[in-house]
Amino acid sequence: MEKTNKKSLVYALAAILCLLLAVSLLENLNLWITVPKWLKPTSMLFTVLKKGAVYSLIAVSLNLLNGFTGLFSLGHAGFMLLGAYTYAIFCTPIDVKTSVFYKYGGSSVNFSFVEMYEKLFGENMLSVSLGVITAMILAGLVAALVAFLIGLPVLRLKSDYLAIATLGFAEIVRALFQWEAPFWGKITNGANMIKGFPKFSDFNIKGANGQVVYYMSTLVPFLFAGACIAIMVLIIRSTHGRAFKAIRDDEIAAEAMGINLAKHKMLSFCTSAFFAGIGGVMYAMYTTTVQAKPFTSALTYEILLIVVIGGIGSVSGSCLASFLFIACSEWWLRFLDKETVIGSFRVPLLRDGFRMVVFSVVIMIIVLFFRRGIMGDKELPDVMRNLGKKISQKKLKAKEGATDENGTEA
Amino acid sequence: MHIWGWLTMSEKILEVCNLSVSYGGIEAVKDISFDVERGEIVTLIGANGAGKSTTLKSIAGLVKPKQASIVFERQELVGRQPNFIVKSGVTLVPEGRRVFPNLTVKENLKIGAYLRTDNLDADIEYVYGLFPRLKEREWQLAGTLSGGEQQMLAVGRALMSRPKFIMMDEPSLGLAPLVVKDIFSIIKTINKQGITVLLIEQNANMALQVADKAYVLETGRITMSGTGAELLADPRIREAYLGKTKSAIQ
Repeated sequence: MEKTNKKSLVYALAAILCLLLAVSLLENLNLWITVPKWLKPTSMLFTVLKKGAVYSLIAVSLNLLNGFTGLFSLGHAGFMLLGAYTYAIFCTPIDVKTSVFYKYGGSSVNFSFVEMYEKLFGENMLSVSLGVITAMILAGLVAALVAFLIGLPVLRLKSDYLAIATLGFAEIVRALFQWEAPFWGKITNGANMIKGFPKFSDFNIKGANGQVVYYMSTLVPFLFAGACIAIMVLIIRSTHGRAFKAIRDDEIAAEAMGINLAKHKMLSFCTSAFFAGIGGVMYAMYTTTVQAKPFTSALTYEILLIVVIGGIGSVSGSCLASFLFIACSEWWLRFLDKETVIGSFRVPLLRDGFRMVVFSVVIMIIVLFFRRGIMGDKELPDVMRNLGKKISQKKLKAKEGATDENGTEA
Repeated sequence: MHIWGWLTMSEKILEVCNLSVSYGGIEAVKDISFDVERGEIVTLIGANGAGKSTTLKSIAGLVKPKQASIVFERQELVGRQPNFIVKSGVTLVPEGRRVFPNLTVKENLKIGAYLRTDNLDADIEYVYGLFPRLKEREWQLAGTLSGGEQQMLAVGRALMSRPKFIMMDEPSLGLAPLVVKDIFSIIKTINKQGITVLLIEQNANMALQVADKAYVLETGRITMSGTGAELLADPRIREAYLGKTKSAIQ
């Protein structure tokens, strides 16, 4: 048992490394050879990859709560917002802040992690990375702390009631961050956006003349998301994770086995909020600006949809579904939004917004045919193993069939 | 305990005094007292709604009693969290099995030992020794097991916490007679290995046959007590719980 565990761990690590290498290679191909349009750094492919990586982290963190602990929470947008704002406030350079916060006469937080590290290590990639990572951890901690405070009263509720309470929490947070009070606006910039903090493209390594020498902007979200998801997988596979699953399956039996329900629900809620906060940071880095407006309940529903499509209780399902979802909604269905004329025939229905109609139908079809999501509650390695078994069985049968035929011939 | 009691190994492991439990104004258990001696099999029998399950749940800490004193090995259990109670050596096999359906058999067993931090391999082998069927099904999800196998898993899961005192809530519920026989022989085996058993049953016949001591609960009160054999012979019990009419007894 232990041996196979170690073996699968090695395989998983190797697979992740291969994926990261492939992403990095794909991204930098245009530096070495002439590439087709869809491999240019501005291509939709890389947008989808970046956004997909961000969404898979957020989806897995929601899955940890909804799928593994059975707590139906809809407050994820709120935690993301907290993370994104913490990051924006603590990572925007001070001189940029004075121009961004012009309406309030400058920010009251005259501090930036990036600049702090720049004083220590000089203006280079190291201090930017360190600043971003520190702010990320802080953002996660802020989200987790708020989750702890909210969780104290809210986690006594069950199923639908918990969903309603957390949904309300997220809306309150959003309203709070749009509040235009002078003292508060000095911190959050009211309903206006904050910008100027490091984003994914700031990780590209540039030469002396400002030309990009090595692209990192797609690799970085994969690295961050990969590390966070790996930590969550380790939590799920630990005794705590087993306790989460036991609570999901049967609360009373779990309590009778000596599992402290309140403690574990809180642990799961805070862990999920922590990674949602980090997800919020990455979302901010992806969109390059932070504003409370996009963090609506619709964002939570989008992520919930990904979790359901991927399979409630499957980490790899959530990851797979987020890439498919983003690719479908942002890229593959784009042609439906353009008016198309073939010869003299104008294709009907194709105009702005038709994409979303088709997309909804696609989602309905997926939910109809995959009742439990693409992966159910299984993980990718299990599915592959089962597939391998089936194929080898088929081969065996084919062989038997062949020998039978030979036998009759003889 | 008196020195005499200690010498004869008839030490009381559990003492329940004046236990009353009410659910929103309705008294389910009314001021009952009983005790269990170390190494015994004690059974509580009674009809539906007599308060048997509520009694077990309050010992396990899942239900807060209105008033009571429950002393296990000289330690008060009332007001304690369930995890403390499990840690001190009391475990409950809940009514209707309640295995974790989406976890494998092995994971279910590991959850049973949740509060332990030492190596579990020996205990898992011990449970597989008691129930060889579970070993065959090791990687199966518990929800796909048959009723009897799920009951075996529920008992095995409870044993994983290395209890001194195991409470079983209707282990024969919904099982075929042959399987019930198996479960009862396992209960006897467990008891012979030194674990005290408190058993709740509607199947009074089987329960009284294995019990050293038995209590009869009726609408929240203990109305009769005695050794298993005594109660088995009592005409009132035979009429009320063993389904034998007066004429049949005569």
